[in-house]
Amino acid sequence: MRFVPQLFPEGEHFGLLAEYDSPGALVRACEHVRDAGYRKWDAHSPFPIHGIETAMGLGRSRLPYVALIFGLGGALGGMALQIWANAIAYPMVISGKPMFNWQPYVPITFECGVLLASLATVFGMFAFNKLPMLFHPLFGVEHFAKATDDGFFISVEAWDPKFDARATGELLSSTGARRVHLVRRREDAAP
Amino acid sequence: MTNVIDNVSHEPVAGRAPLILGAPDFHAITEAVAQPAERATPLAWWLFFLPSLGMLGILGLAVAWLVWEGIGIWGLNQPVGWAFDITNFVFWIGIGHAGTLISAVLFLFRQKWRTSINRAAEAMTIFAVMCALLFPGIHIGRPWVAYWMAPLPNQMGTWPGFRSPLLWDFFAVSTYGTVSALFWYVGLIPDLATLRDRATTRMRRYTYGLFALGWRGSARNWQHYETAYLILAGLATPLVLSVHSIVSMDFAVAQLPGWHTTIFPPYFVAGAIYSGFAMVVTLMVITRKALGLEHILTRFHFDRMARIMLVTGSIVGYAYAMEFFIAWFSQNPYEQFTFVNRAFGPYWWAYWTMITCNVLSPQVFWCKRARTSLAIHFVVSIFVNIGMWFERFVIIVTSLHRDFLPSSWGMFYPTTWDILLLIGSFGLFFTMFCLFVRFLPVVAAAEVKSVLPAADPHHATGQRATPAMAGRLAPEGAH
Repeated sequence: MRFVPQLFPEGEHFGLLAEYDSPGALVRACEHVRDAGYRKWDAHSPFPIHGIETAMGLGRSRLPYVALIFGLGGALGGMALQIWANAIAYPMVISGKPMFNWQPYVPITFECGVLLASLATVFGMFAFNKLPMLFHPLFGVEHFAKATDDGFFISVEAWDPKFDARATGELLSSTGARRVHLVRRREDAAP
Repeated sequence: MTNVIDNVSHEPVAGRAPLILGAPDFHAITEAVAQPAERATPLAWWLFFLPSLGMLGILGLAVAWLVWEGIGIWGLNQPVGWAFDITNFVFWIGIGHAGTLISAVLFLFRQKWRTSINRAAEAMTIFAVMCALLFPGIHIGRPWVAYWMAPLPNQMGTWPGFRSPLLWDFFAVSTYGTVSALFWYVGLIPDLATLRDRATTRMRRYTYGLFALGWRGSARNWQHYETAYLILAGLATPLVLSVHSIVSMDFAVAQLPGWHTTIFPPYFVAGAIYSGFAMVVTLMVITRKALGLEHILTRFHFDRMARIMLVTGSIVGYAYAMEFFIAWFSQNPYEQFTFVNRAFGPYWWAYWTMITCNVLSPQVFWCKRARTSLAIHFVVSIFVNIGMWFERFVIIVTSLHRDFLPSSWGMFYPTTWDILLLIGSFGLFFTMFCLFVRFLPVVAAAEVKSVLPAADPHHATGQRATPAMAGRLAPEGAH
């Protein structure tokens, strides 16, 4: 029984990697791959490209819900902490003001809400993106280093039901890829 | 690189001028940003770093002596119980406001020019918040019990008083520091991945690779990443406004004439943005020259920063005037005395230094030639840095030294340790900034690439931009 979710396809090959010349070419190629019905594939670019999520058929990120829930939780927790500490656990009369008064607790309630929402946003983003992931088969491809410089790529993973090294390769070539590369799971063999 | 055209002249027919000069392609941006972190350490860097490190040593000495001997080594006394320590705190936290303003507020307003300066401004923010957090910690006199400010269960059965603005401040500043650091780090991830992929040594690849978390520019990742960035910007915008508002309540909630005014929160926020932009300008004038980033950090960017300084500086000037007006209009003799004493009492020189530096000096920015001259920028930004430090000194010391009862009046004179601590805090700030400039990408390369015209998927023929096209922004692109 497997306790760790499987991150990469089994077998010798990870999938295919196609390189494109420009953001425009990448977006058009993504539309073709999407329309061909692939599920386990991705695009790679050095900066976010406007409109690529539609071209890839991606839904909206659910991150805002995570931020909202944690933000409200943080705010409620902050308010509860203050009321409990100053009115119940260690009651103190200050300038004859009532014990239960929410007004002076607003700033810290706000700060706690922002703090929790921000932490949830960042760590939620890492979780959705499966980061940190210090090993990835694509890092074995030498020219993939351009993905953080000026390269635009599509990777189709071998465990996609429609994946076929030859047919998928032809599809990628027909979308104007400059070159298509078969990626091994581990590029140890490469010099 | 800066050959193409001057991007500060307004050309109504030809359209908007390019944000980035020299029509670079994506790879040229990578080179320009990554190279300063990759080349051998230049001699000039040591010329900045070693003096900063020396000043940081002074800070260590001043703090060590303070912890050993107590706050009696400072010049504060009764009635001036807050002096250089809180002045320095408010000064640094104010400077720390520009980074988040540039990153978050300008992001929400879709100001594309922010991409050239946001990284350095955010880094500067974090370092300024570090300096700021030092002072309340040591000001309490027994720094080893600073954790009493946090709501932790303890053997005394006590809890902090949450109805005090001083505790709000503790929460606001520590939240701000945390969120600024998160924002900065999230922005850095794609550029750390760039440095990882360009690394030539194993050490560099592993170090940058560890912090890049395995980023590979995946569109699925970018989607969550951009959502996260937008949420963080949305959270940081009210946060940045709350922080200096809460700092101002440390004063405004007190009964002291000169502190007890409702104008403080907006006045402090404007002042914070003002001083923060001044520090960004001071640092960027040097950094862009030293790192050869003149085509990315252009005079257009400085023109925009000058406008913000002019606006916020004028708001601050308005607030100074309004304080006097309210002192007269309220017919409260204590208020009136405090403000006359501020301008003509024993600390008159501090008051007029503040007015000259903060209100008069930025007025040169009405003139376009001044807004686009880096020499004038540098001089004015130094003036504003000085003026904003004096503003906090004036608010704190002149209000405290003569309050209601003449029998409790007094004077504050700084000691050597007060001054060494101020110098030392600059040492911490500049040391951190030097390390940042040396080892990390100073410009958010991924963001700058995304505002290049060629980044638009509908750009031209969809091929790489031709040099003639590349300098121009997309027509709908607002600066």
